[in-house]
Amino acid sequence: MATSWTDLIELDDGVPAAAPAAEPADTDQPRRRGMLARLRESLSASREALGAEIGSSLFEAIDAETWERLEEALIIADVGARTTAEVVGRLEAEVERGGLEGGQAVRARLVELLAELADVGERRIDLRSRPAVVLVVGVNGTGKTTTIGKLANQLREMGLKVLLAAGDTYRAAAVEQLSTWAERADCEVVRAEPGQDSGAVIFDAITAAEAREFDVVLADTAGRLHNRADLMEELAKVKRVISKKLDGARSETLIVIDSTTGQNGLRQAKAFSEVVDVDGVVLTKLDGTAKGGIALAIAAELGIPVKLIGVGEGIGDLRPFDPGDFASALLGE
Amino acid sequence: MFEQLSERLQGTMSDLRSRGKLSESDVDKAMREIRLALLEADVNFKVTKQFVADVREAAIGAGVLDSLDPGQMVVKVVNEQLAELMGGSGRELAFASKGPTVILMAGLQGSGKTTATVKLARHLREQGKSVGVAACDTQRPAAVEQLQKLAARASVTAYAQGADRDPVDIAEWALGQARSAGLDVLIIDTAGRLHVDKDLMNELVRIKKATRPHDVLLTVDAMTGQDAVNVAEQFAAATDFDGVVLTKLDGDARGGAALSVKAVTGRPILYASTGEKLEQLERFHPDRMAQRILGMGDVLTLIEKAEQQLDASDGEEMERKMRRNEFTLDDFLKQLKQIRKMGPLSGVLGMMPGMGKAMKEIRNADVDDRELDRLEAIILSMTPEERGAPETIRGSRRRRIALGSGTNVQAVKRLTKQFEQMRKVMKQVASGKMPDAEALLRGQMGTGRRH
Repeated sequence: MATSWTDLIELDDGVPAAAPAAEPADTDQPRRRGMLARLRESLSASREALGAEIGSSLFEAIDAETWERLEEALIIADVGARTTAEVVGRLEAEVERGGLEGGQAVRARLVELLAELADVGERRIDLRSRPAVVLVVGVNGTGKTTTIGKLANQLREMGLKVLLAAGDTYRAAAVEQLSTWAERADCEVVRAEPGQDSGAVIFDAITAAEAREFDVVLADTAGRLHNRADLMEELAKVKRVISKKLDGARSETLIVIDSTTGQNGLRQAKAFSEVVDVDGVVLTKLDGTAKGGIALAIAAELGIPVKLIGVGEGIGDLRPFDPGDFASALLGE
Repeated sequence: MFEQLSERLQGTMSDLRSRGKLSESDVDKAMREIRLALLEADVNFKVTKQFVADVREAAIGAGVLDSLDPGQMVVKVVNEQLAELMGGSGRELAFASKGPTVILMAGLQGSGKTTATVKLARHLREQGKSVGVAACDTQRPAAVEQLQKLAARASVTAYAQGADRDPVDIAEWALGQARSAGLDVLIIDTAGRLHVDKDLMNELVRIKKATRPHDVLLTVDAMTGQDAVNVAEQFAAATDFDGVVLTKLDGDARGGAALSVKAVTGRPILYASTGEKLEQLERFHPDRMAQRILGMGDVLTLIEKAEQQLDASDGEEMERKMRRNEFTLDDFLKQLKQIRKMGPLSGVLGMMPGMGKAMKEIRNADVDDRELDRLEAIILSMTPEERGAPETIRGSRRRRIALGSGTNVQAVKRLTKQFEQMRKVMKQVASGKMPDAEALLRGQMGTGRRH
């Protein structure tokens, strides 16, 4: 069963989301198929390019080459050498022990193993407190602002009152970009006064949300490379401002990772989680040929779950992450 | 840049070096290490396979097994192969004999096109060319505004018509404007697009047909993984791009994408973007980069930087003082300031040969530029006499200096002690002996916070 929006978003009982939430649940089935279809499409593109399809026929006659090809496929998907070795090693051991009959069974077990690896930690997005705050972080160009626009639209459709905080005060026209998304998603946005820093804008947004009873604040931040100590310290400060403002109530921090990212994604996730305690990953641009295997490495090695995936430039192209679907897509199902 | 890969190869190579004669299985082991290092560096799987096979063949051809110093031979072979794969020496942009030269920028979403467009514009303006940029990204919200703002900061002309017109029309119009304004160069920014998006790829082809660019540049994020080859191949098929701008190289990505793109398309990497500031765009030097991967250090870049920043006559004066052992803390302070002008410490040190390992220690010890602030503060809290003769700094002077600089007695003590060591090393250098660079660095940077 794929993850639905109502599964993903954790709300308090009695919050106005309850009634409208039933509506997206109705549309869940086509949406799910849409996501699978898209992933499949993107995969067929990379299949053509790389011939890296892992069908059950690969496991009909198992020999050294089988494992080598499986390894290749996972490496090409950016899963990384270590996690690949772990998965292949476990499957190989299970096959040797016996009990997995036929190529179908081996392949199904492989999908299961991959899904297990991806299924770590708390996969829901906690929006129970009022206002709930979601801080969105990541390196430059991964799709933070776009993700916020799409998420704002989704949450509003679920009946929540959403406020955006234009916390990227660095990049030229980032505020205008977020404002355009706010219009599309029919939400309000809090912009910076000239010279204001990111923390101050987000503080103002939370204050406004409290006063005017918004349910959720989605806070944008400037893209920053994780090895820039000064910029990471600035981000830590933003998080401190939020915690203090919320009087210790928890907020949700999401890191946006571009699915074309290679092994550096692991370092990104690690560095960001060291300074702001990341709760989940948003894996973007999955509509290309990249399979985003780095998310599996992040889950396996750092225990940070993927919560959302971006599958297109449209406002509806943000979906809840589903480990099983992802595992299948990784192998080209 | 590429630190990981370089550390990894250095590890393997020093293993080989220490062994003396190699057996066939030693070579196999080295090749496995190289393969793993390249894969971890995001070099494409197929490219890695080919590269390792090539290195192996070349190594055997070069008679590595029988050579006197086989480890050194393998390093040499890897270096040569790497340099060849990375593209030999750099190519230049093609300029039109009669302006404007048209440069078309293309790439995936978020790869850094808009920033690269303005950085390149600024770079060419610095070379005395009149430059304009055309805002043809009508897809991403506020992309036009972003280009306009950045262009204003870089003092180049921006040609924009909002986001409602067809990008092909905007490009044609901008070219007409640039022509009548008599500009030397027009750089066309385009929307980020996925290489599998047929409509948008067609649009790019139409922009190319309409403007007949002299150079098409693909921006590639240095953090890209295995998919870099797909992206590069598809963009090459659609636009036949001429070169690559490698972006976000100031991150700690291993940058294997650079190797992959070059290997599968044969197109050279022309520029590297190394920071968020508009002036942080450099010529890409494949040959230097290969040396750097092997930990041979990017000495040429360092020398270039030093030449830009350091006053030549100052240098001579310093050298004379060092020879005569008249080097004082004042001189040290002067040098410190000059080194800092070259950029963040980690960047400068990363370019020095043999610093790969030391860099790692520095990172672990969290020694950063603030450490230099402290050193400066301590020296500035000394009297001129004390700076000339640090050996006179004892008990009460030490306390006064510590108080004045906001540090502690231990820090002052460490500095004067290290300075004395430094003088010793200088004496060695003056007498023609090569000092141990890493030991010197350890001494100087006082990794005391680690203990």
